[in-house]
Amino acid sequence: MQGSAGLMWIYRGYVVAFFLYLVAPLVAAGVFAFNDSMFPSLPWNGFTWDWFFSPSEPKLGLFHDDRLLQGLGNSLYIGVIVAALSVAVGTCNAFLFVRKDFRFKNALYVLMVVPLVIPGVILGISILVLASTIAGLADQWFGVFLTSLRPGIPLVVMGQFSFLVTITSLVIIARLEKFDISLEEAALNLGASRTRTLLTVTLPFLFPAMFSAFVVAFLVSFENFNTTLFLVGSDSPLTITMYDRMVKAGSTPVLNATSVVLMIGSGLLALLSIFAQRPKKA
Amino acid sequence: MSRDAGRLSLILLFTPFALWILLLIILPQIGIGYVSIREKVGINTYEYGFKNYVDFITEPVYRNTLLRTAWMSILVTALALVIGFPIAWYIAKIAKERSRAALFLMCLIPLWVSDLVRAYGWIVLLRETGVISMTLVKWGIISQPIEMLYNDMTVIIGLVYTVILFMIVPLVSTLQGMDDALLEAGYNLGGSRITVFRRIIAPYAMPGIVAGCIITFMLTAGSYLTPILLGGKNSSWFTEQIYNQFITRYNWESGSAFGVSLLVFTSFVVWAGLRLTGQSLATTVAKE
Repeated sequence: MQGSAGLMWIYRGYVVAFFLYLVAPLVAAGVFAFNDSMFPSLPWNGFTWDWFFSPSEPKLGLFHDDRLLQGLGNSLYIGVIVAALSVAVGTCNAFLFVRKDFRFKNALYVLMVVPLVIPGVILGISILVLASTIAGLADQWFGVFLTSLRPGIPLVVMGQFSFLVTITSLVIIARLEKFDISLEEAALNLGASRTRTLLTVTLPFLFPAMFSAFVVAFLVSFENFNTTLFLVGSDSPLTITMYDRMVKAGSTPVLNATSVVLMIGSGLLALLSIFAQRPKKA
Repeated sequence: MSRDAGRLSLILLFTPFALWILLLIILPQIGIGYVSIREKVGINTYEYGFKNYVDFITEPVYRNTLLRTAWMSILVTALALVIGFPIAWYIAKIAKERSRAALFLMCLIPLWVSDLVRAYGWIVLLRETGVISMTLVKWGIISQPIEMLYNDMTVIIGLVYTVILFMIVPLVSTLQGMDDALLEAGYNLGGSRITVFRRIIAPYAMPGIVAGCIITFMLTAGSYLTPILLGGKNSSWFTEQIYNQFITRYNWESGSAFGVSLLVFTSFVVWAGLRLTGQSLATTVAKE
């Protein structure tokens, strides 16, 4: 790049300032988890682990706060189910769009991408409306109570699944397109059955992509708010529990402690998925 | 493989796709479309018509909220582009091989942390008793703590923060594909920096710019947490209106009309953006 040294330093300064902007709120959310105070703000009253481990009020620590732990449990449970479902359907979609030819394939491919450009709030309300309509009709016509179609964990799963499939499909499609089909032919020529070829050649090749799709889906599910907001019943996931507390009860550093745990957890998972993808590039 | 087996596997693979798209995407959209055109006139009796939409347009509060959301989303998208482009350029073209990967990874870190935690971080920084205000008081720069939350400026800062990575990532991947020889040729032929930027860099980066702008705009217009938490009760964000209609007032009919309006609006912007720049949805948004 041409350009005077002075300009280059201003440019570097700008980049540094940008990265400060990027980490500032994360650091702020993290640091106050260790402040020995009732409020997540200055002054600094000294270091404490209380917001993680203290067993009693007023400084009830995260690991003794039943509501937050319950939320965390719900989030994990929902995340695993949603991620597993999305990866399963995403894998089917990958084989469908990479290997098969059928009518309107391009139009259907666009349809597969569309959920990414529907605002999450709209996915949430539309699924809420449809599920309630069906539940209402079932009640009216057949006298059946379909509790799973009322707001609650099953609806949250459906809501998150509806757009996560697009993400997992795209990740797995990208990998399947790189597969050398002659490997499958070789296996077939050597006498392997279709199923065996799939299980021993194709799926192991796809596995890194499936794994990282799983992790991405899990993380997105875990932090999703917009879609989930409309579909929660009494068992709310962690994001909703935290939000309620922020808005209604006023925040204490226990929320900072939760943020720290979330940052560490999602950071580790993200690294894991990067390493799983790594061999592909090597 | 026999043709029958081929057909069977096609059907088996097609079924989950079709069920997903039909039951969770298409039918629900038809569902809110349907609910939005009906109006409750008694117990289980409805009238059909566009009254909900008429109410939406004639009630200034709702109409203005959508316009405000639209205008602020456009502003946030533009800011994200202006702020993000030099960063993407630095990562793609100036940084050395090793620091490039590290910088890119650093850009992704906030992406792994939920919106909620990020907005919360901003609250801790910006509120009256927050880090910035208290530090300024301590240093004697201001005499009284000041409240930096609950104004438009803060909402914009927070929104740019939440979406800027979705701008930078596509920009970096587009710019990385650009051959530096193109730039040299531009300069050798006597082009100034501005000419080179306008005639070479900008056209080359266009797919990334469009992809970034579409995703950022979409995410901003559809965001809920950041405007509410940083903007407070009077943030007047459109998704908040939808929430109020649905959950607070239990008026699903008008809530659905709001939802459909937002969807039509964002779809129109995405469509217009693709149209104006000659890109397609499958090649921009779907290209991670």
